[in-house]
Amino acid sequence: MGVKFEHVTKMYPGGRPAVNDLSLTVPTGELLVLIGPSGCGKTTTLRMINRLEEPSSGVISIEGRDIRSYDPIQLRRGIGYTIQQTGLLPHMTVEQNIELVPKLLKWDANKRHERTHELLELVGMSYETYAHRYPRQLSGGQQQRVGVLRSLATDPPVILMDEPFGALDPISREVLQNELKRLQARLQKTIIFVTHDIDEAMRLGDRVAIMRDGILLQVGTPDELLRTPKEEFIARFLGRYIVPHTAPLESIGQFMQTNMIAIQRELADGGRIVQIAETPLWFWLDGEGVLKRVAPALADGGNGWNSVEWAEEDIDCVGERDSAEDVLRRLADGETEALPVVDDRHRLIGVVSRRSVLKTLSNTGRVEV
Amino acid sequence: MNTSLPYVSMLTFQHLYLSVVGTLIGAAIGFALAVWARRRPRLANALIGIAEVIQTIPGIALLAFLLLAFGLGNGTLVVGLALYAILPVMQNTYEGLEGVDPVYMGIGKGMGMTRGQIFRQVELPLAFPVILTGLRVALVTSIGVATIGVFVGADGLGLLIYRGLQLIDTQVILAGAIPAGLLAILIEVILTLLERRLSRAASAR
Amino acid sequence: MNVLADFWNNYGGQIMDALGPHLFLTFVSLALGIIVAVPLGIFLTRNPRLASPIIAVVSIFQTIPSLVFFALILPFLGIGTQPALVVLFVYSLLPILRNTYIGVRSIDPALIDASRGQGMTSWEILYMVELPLSAPLIVAGIRLAAIYLVSWATIAALIGAGGLGDLIFSGIDNYDTNLLLAGAVPTALLALLIGFLLGMVRRLVTPRGLKVGVAR
Repeated sequence: MGVKFEHVTKMYPGGRPAVNDLSLTVPTGELLVLIGPSGCGKTTTLRMINRLEEPSSGVISIEGRDIRSYDPIQLRRGIGYTIQQTGLLPHMTVEQNIELVPKLLKWDANKRHERTHELLELVGMSYETYAHRYPRQLSGGQQQRVGVLRSLATDPPVILMDEPFGALDPISREVLQNELKRLQARLQKTIIFVTHDIDEAMRLGDRVAIMRDGILLQVGTPDELLRTPKEEFIARFLGRYIVPHTAPLESIGQFMQTNMIAIQRELADGGRIVQIAETPLWFWLDGEGVLKRVAPALADGGNGWNSVEWAEEDIDCVGERDSAEDVLRRLADGETEALPVVDDRHRLIGVVSRRSVLKTLSNTGRVEV
Repeated sequence: MNTSLPYVSMLTFQHLYLSVVGTLIGAAIGFALAVWARRRPRLANALIGIAEVIQTIPGIALLAFLLLAFGLGNGTLVVGLALYAILPVMQNTYEGLEGVDPVYMGIGKGMGMTRGQIFRQVELPLAFPVILTGLRVALVTSIGVATIGVFVGADGLGLLIYRGLQLIDTQVILAGAIPAGLLAILIEVILTLLERRLSRAASAR
Repeated sequence: MNVLADFWNNYGGQIMDALGPHLFLTFVSLALGIIVAVPLGIFLTRNPRLASPIIAVVSIFQTIPSLVFFALILPFLGIGTQPALVVLFVYSLLPILRNTYIGVRSIDPALIDASRGQGMTSWEILYMVELPLSAPLIVAGIRLAAIYLVSWATIAALIGAGGLGDLIFSGIDNYDTNLLLAGAVPTALLALLIGFLLGMVRRLVTPRGLKVGVAR
């Protein structure tokens, strides 16, 4: 049943309809994208679901029940809401932001704590590192990730997203889109997603609904829309979407750099200290090439050996068969510019860095994961 | 106690005159300090800090200190008024000049203007509305402080008010208080309107 | 040091006697000002059309010199502490009102929208979002009001409300330098002290999340 619109209209004070006789059914578990030019009514439509706007006529129901039968406050606490600017409260930590609604619902402290933990793990952000940080201390991508987690806090059946990735740089946007797909595959929420970016719509939506001037022009799967657009306008609108023709990346091999190996030092046991390309990391390898230690490179070459800070345990590295998606995320979030790539015997075979990723992207033109 | 119109008018004029003189002296100092402190944020902060301390000292206390230093008379009041006028003008001048979009200075340079010309013909006019606000605040404050100038032997409407309080004579009190109040309100309103006209003109440029 | 000790011996009593009423006038009117101006400021953010006229009216009171205001009140309310409190209360309003209004208004509307969207009630938004974020500005307004009040309370002595102003004015009348200083110096120190203490309070109420370093 999901979310259902029946002949919903919203009038502006001047008499023009912001949304005009909209009827649409979003089945449970579907990610529906609302897209259209500015002023088409997509955001207004979204905001009527959690009653931030009230329709002038028509009925909206969730799981079969008219939303007007709920108290608006209770309704909103049961629906997730993410906006472009994140709306994270700057004077509260990540944890406090996430557990805001659970707190309002009077969950006990343990339950809230566990839930925050769970949610952060879901997106690979460690509790210890992030829970007590403030939004200002996070990057744009991290902030929006927290914004999404916040909307999931009470495990609501429906999530509303209003251009959530619009303010992010292209790499973060891509990473978060993939993250959302992964989460959706796992959580199966009913998601209404507003965007003006056709690429995003086609990539994320199970179905896409195109609106103009308050009217729903057509709704269908990305394929359906591409094959049978109902109107000239839709065909033109989609025409901006370029179907990717490059091969999907299966592994990170394409991003990896293996060139320009500078050997900093050769060791007594046959081991070496190497540096790849200009990545600012030194890798300590044993005689077999197994990666033993990692350290940030020193600027002045071999002069300050004693001050090199080698990390021996828990070296951050990437397996050659790891998914490109995971690796991109780790690079976007992580503390370092680059990560060593090792084979299944933990031998160093290359390095991925933000620079190498950007280079690959600019060469191939598109990434499809 | 004389409350005739000519007398009250004279006192009003004295009051306004002293306020304006004190304000202008303080404004000149404040302005000069702000210009000097440009591009020297630490100096600016120090100067603003000192001026803030002066501002915090209650009016009558400051006048009392000045009384000890300079004795009775209009001069003492004017010194006090000048001191109080420094902060608003200095701060607003500094902020006004700093707030000028560097684009305009670039344009000036590009046209071949000297530093001095850029200052006079570009920065000052653009910063003027903000500076004027500081001047307005200073002048209205001065009119207020000048009412207690009577205690350091200065002229002005404070004379009537104080006398009236001592004699508990309502007519005398009002003869002093009403003109003083009106004076302050009038100056505030006139200067505010002037500011608005000027800032509209400035943004139209 | 001896000079100070002597001074205190001679005038300490009078200073302490005057300090009581002075502090009373300052803090009671400040408290009343806060109680009225903060809710009023919040109210105005919900009704912005009323903001301009109301703030304009309060500003006019501010423009009137304090001595004038006290003098105008006298025919109606007489002399003593109560009329003084009325005047001081009215004076304390503007700085607090204006800062409360501006502080709450300047909060990013996206924050309010996200908070509403999550299901916070208006009261919850007020307590958990608007007040914490505007607290530094509100306290700054209170600090300014307090400093002004110390100053105006000295004038209140002229209408019989007591306070350190009594010492200053007596000192002037009697050409008594020491008495004058006994009034002026504590007054100045009091104002500076209150300014300093409330400045610290302001730093204390500034939320941590707004002070920490920005993302790398």
